[in-house]
Amino acid sequence: MAEVVLKTHGLSKSFGALQASRDVSLDLRAGEIHALIGPNGAGKSTLIKQIAGNLVPDSGTVELLGRDVTALDTVARARMGLGRTFQISALAMEYTVLQNAVLGALGGRGSPFRFFRNVMKDPDLLETAHGALDRLGLAEDADRRTADLSHGQRRQLEVAVALTLEPKLFLMDEPMAGLESAGSRALTGFLDGLRQEAPILLVEHDMDAVFALADRISVLVYGQIIATGTADEIRANAEVRRAYLGEEDAA
Amino acid sequence: MIPTRESFLNWAMIAALLIVPLAAWSLDEPFIITLATKAAILALAGVGLNIALGLGGLISLGHAAFFGIGGYAMGILAAHAQNYEPLFEWPFLFEGSNQMPLIWLVAIVCSACAALVIGALSLRTSGVYFIMITLAFGQMLYYFAISWSAYGGEDGLSIWVRNDFPGLNTLDPIQFFAIAYVILCLALFFAARLARAPFGLALAAARQNADRVEAVGLTPFTLRLTAFVISGAITGLAGALFADLNRFVSPTMLSWHTSGEIMIFVILGGVGRLYGPVVGAALYILLEHLLGGISDYWQIFLGVLLLLIVLFARGGLIGALAGREKAHG
Ligand SMILES: Nc1ncnc2c1ncn2[C@@H]1O[C@H](COP(=O)(O)OP(=O)(O)O)[C@@H](O)[C@H]1O
Ligand SMILES: [Mg+2]
Repeated sequence: MAEVVLKTHGLSKSFGALQASRDVSLDLRAGEIHALIGPNGAGKSTLIKQIAGNLVPDSGTVELLGRDVTALDTVARARMGLGRTFQISALAMEYTVLQNAVLGALGGRGSPFRFFRNVMKDPDLLETAHGALDRLGLAEDADRRTADLSHGQRRQLEVAVALTLEPKLFLMDEPMAGLESAGSRALTGFLDGLRQEAPILLVEHDMDAVFALADRISVLVYGQIIATGTADEIRANAEVRRAYLGEEDAA
Repeated sequence: MIPTRESFLNWAMIAALLIVPLAAWSLDEPFIITLATKAAILALAGVGLNIALGLGGLISLGHAAFFGIGGYAMGILAAHAQNYEPLFEWPFLFEGSNQMPLIWLVAIVCSACAALVIGALSLRTSGVYFIMITLAFGQMLYYFAISWSAYGGEDGLSIWVRNDFPGLNTLDPIQFFAIAYVILCLALFFAARLARAPFGLALAAARQNADRVEAVGLTPFTLRLTAFVISGAITGLAGALFADLNRFVSPTMLSWHTSGEIMIFVILGGVGRLYGPVVGAALYILLEHLLGGISDYWQIFLGVLLLLIVLFARGGLIGALAGREKAHG
């Protein structure tokens, strides 16, 4: 079996009376795309935030690259090689597209305390940044203000910035959300190749994309994983069909 | 590089700040030179604040603390030099001084240390709480200075002669102006480099989207704290020069009015615009001089101007004249 890159063990998280994660255990293995699906409000983003370090779980642990990182913050986890995209684009809106990518490259290099050299003339950072933009088809837009990008381009930039970190695994929270079908297909094609570089834990609503991409799928309902398996296993799973795929007679 | 309208404005501004006192010098108008010196020094304080406020988005209402610490560093060192009593003898002998370079160094170190402490405590909060905590720290030092009778308490501390700078006659207004002007230019140069450096990119990104900065593995808190310390140090240096200009330091330099004034320079000129504080401070001095002669209530006009700028020109005067900031790089 392939090496386990990420593993959660019994994660639980409540917001008051609402239990958003219930004893969630899952893993992500080298070379795979593991899709996390579930209805709105099932707790997918809450889970991603606990893995990324934005939210502290009430109980349970997160293990990254064989190390227990439950006590580490977002920054430390990013430094260990966790590249992340947000459900709602989190970009520096006043910056150009290229500046956002350079910021990512700078983070990947991990030495921001330089006060004198022009960061936008640093050949290493520029190479990494341009490389990532090229791969997402944003080369022509490098000098545009991020605030002026279309929604779809911002989604692509989210992925590009994550790439500049050269991470060991990706956490992607609905990268295709709001993309029109051509954009969604292009990104699906891209993620398909990306899994060779680093495995992806992919939260996605677009079922075509999920069934086309995922090596494994986990289904989250009311904060709980009700099934994990290959696309075919999930399609055939009666409980999933009842709870999620919305079929009345799942026999 | 193609000169933009903003860079043209910047050059015009910094040239005017040089030409006006030179003209006044040749016409033998020392008062105007003193006004220009005051503008340069207050601009320097604003350049300091602008690093925290403009680049970092840190709305500090406590920068008077650093301005005043710089002022008291000058006052205390010079007072001890005046009466030949050392500041302290243990663990090492530390005597007063009337040498500007040493005074500046002490002002920078003390205000940077204060910024480190104040920043470390207040940067754990944000928004209104941050504003209130910086304000509270400033006021705390203000009340401390009022009650510190060894150094004049409420009355402040006067120095008989201006401190020395090697090779210059600092009592000659134009020579003292030259000192303030060169320091301002150096600070502007430094601030310009800082904004374009890796640190500036990361700091301004933390203002725009802290989640993103964390997700790429950088810590907003340390970026902001570093900015706060640099910012405080520059404002502290301005405080030492300001006290030397007046040959006087008093708790007023530490009061929240002073914090507000420094912030007004930045807002008038344009938050985050490199030369914003220069424009703002020059305009402030100009208005104070021109309108102050007409009415004691000249600050009402200042208030109206400030209101207009906040409502209609969010990039300050520079923004209104030069348009939207080009994304840096
Ligand atoms: N910070 C929060 N405080 C309170 N409730 C929250 C918070 N974040 C999420 N929730 C709730 O937890 C549930 C799961 O949310 P979320 O993880 O965003 O779902 P999903 O991403 O699967 O749509 C929802 O009912 C949501 O309202
Ligand atoms: Mg979500």
